[in-house]
Amino acid sequence: MQRKILVRLLLIFIFIAPLSVSAKDDTGNKDKKTEIKEYIDHHLKDSHDFSLYSYTGDDGQHHYVGFSLPVILWSDGLHVFASGKFHHGEEVVESNGKYFKLYHSKIYETDASGTINYDEEHHATNAKPLDLSITKSVFMIIITGLLMFFLFRGLARTYGKNNGIPSGIGRFFEPIVLYIRDDIARPNIGEKKYRKYMPFLLTVFFFIWFLNIFGLTPLGVNVTGNIAITTALALLTFFITNFTGTKDYWKHIFDPLGDSMPWIAKIPLYIILIPIEVLGIFIKPFSLLIRLYANMQAGHIVLMSLIGLMFIFKNWIGSPLSFGLAFAISLIEILVALLQAYIFTMLSALYFGFAAEDHDHAEAHEGEIQHL
Amino acid sequence: MTIPAIVGAGLVVIGVGIGIGQIGGKAMEAIARQPESYGKIQTAMLIAAALIEGIGFAALFAVQ
Repeated sequence: MQRKILVRLLLIFIFIAPLSVSAKDDTGNKDKKTEIKEYIDHHLKDSHDFSLYSYTGDDGQHHYVGFSLPVILWSDGLHVFASGKFHHGEEVVESNGKYFKLYHSKIYETDASGTINYDEEHHATNAKPLDLSITKSVFMIIITGLLMFFLFRGLARTYGKNNGIPSGIGRFFEPIVLYIRDDIARPNIGEKKYRKYMPFLLTVFFFIWFLNIFGLTPLGVNVTGNIAITTALALLTFFITNFTGTKDYWKHIFDPLGDSMPWIAKIPLYIILIPIEVLGIFIKPFSLLIRLYANMQAGHIVLMSLIGLMFIFKNWIGSPLSFGLAFAISLIEILVALLQAYIFTMLSALYFGFAAEDHDHAEAHEGEIQHL
Repeated sequence: MTIPAIVGAGLVVIGVGIGIGQIGGKAMEAIARQPESYGKIQTAMLIAAALIEGIGFAALFAVQ
C-alpha cells in the first residue's frame, strides 16, 4: 500500500518534471571566493526555476540542469509563461504586450531591449509586477503537502484494516503522533481542551520537519529558511492563540492583578504592565518566526561554506577537511531539523495553553500546590 | 558593516554561549541527581536553550 503511494508520487514527480538543459555563456573568470559567496546567496533565495545542478562544459558554456516552473504575474492583466523563457536572466520575455526580465531572482518590467535602471545604490528602479509564481519554495510546499496528505491518509486507513494496529510506515509515525499528543499538547494545554488544537500542532510539526529534511537533500531547497514562510506559520499560531483566547486570557493581559488590590492602586502599575503584556502578544510569535528562520538559514550557510572550502583550498587537505566537517554538520543539522520542528510545536502548544486557561484550571493548580 | 557592530554581535554570541553552556551543565547535574525525571529536564532545557539561542540569532542578523 505504502509502496504504491510512493511509486505514484514518484511518477507524478517524473511526469511534471521534464528535465531541460539550458546553456549560458560563462561570465568570465571571477574570483573563486566571490563566486562561492554568490552561489550561497543564490541558494538561500527563492528562485523561479528548479535547478538541480549546473556545470561548465568543454565549450565554455554554463549549462543548467533542471526544470521550469510556471511564472504567474499580474500587471494590468494576467501573464502566465514558463520560467525557462528567462534563460536564467539572460533574455527578455514578451507576454501580452509587456516585457519582463529576471534580475537577481526578481522579475522586473522592462522595455523591449530589457533595460534595467539603477539608483545610486545600484538597486533596480524598474516597476515590479505582482508576482504570484509557483517558485521553488511554493513547489516544494505543494510537494510536501501532497506527501503529507497521502502518507497520513494511508496511515489512517491501515488502522481500520489491521484491528487498530498500524502497519508499514505507520509504525514509525504512530509514536511521534502519540508523543505530540501526550507530551506536548496534554501537559501544556490541559486535558479538557487539547483536542481542539491537535490538528494544527500535528500539521505544523510534520510540515516543518519534512521541509527541514528536504532542505538537507541535494534538491537544494531552502523553504523553512525563508522568512515569508516562517512568518506565515507564526501568524497562524498568533491568530489561533488570540481567537481562541478565553475571558481569563484577556483578563490576564488587561487586568493581571485582578481583585488583589483597589483600582486606585492599580493605575500606576498598569501604565507599565499593560503595554508590556500587550507587546508580549506580538513578541511571542515574532520570536517563533525568527528562531526557525535563523536556525535553518544559519545551518544552510554553514554547510555550504564548508563545502565551498573544497574549491578554495584545491589541494589534498581541503577535500577531506571539507568533507569531514560538512558530514559532521549534516548530522547535527538532521538533529536540528527535528529539534526546530519540536520547539515550534512545543512553544505553540504553550501559547495555546495560555489562551485556553480558565479559572477553575488555575484554581485546580493552586489546590495542587497546597496539597503538596 | 562597522567594527563596533561586529564586536557587539560577538559579545552577544559569547553571552549566548555561556548561557546555553550553563543550561546544559545544570541539566546534566539535575539528570545525574534524578535520572528518573530525565524527560522533563530535557524538555525544559531545550525550551530554555531555544529561547536564548533566538537572541544570538537576532544579534547576528542585525549585524548582517
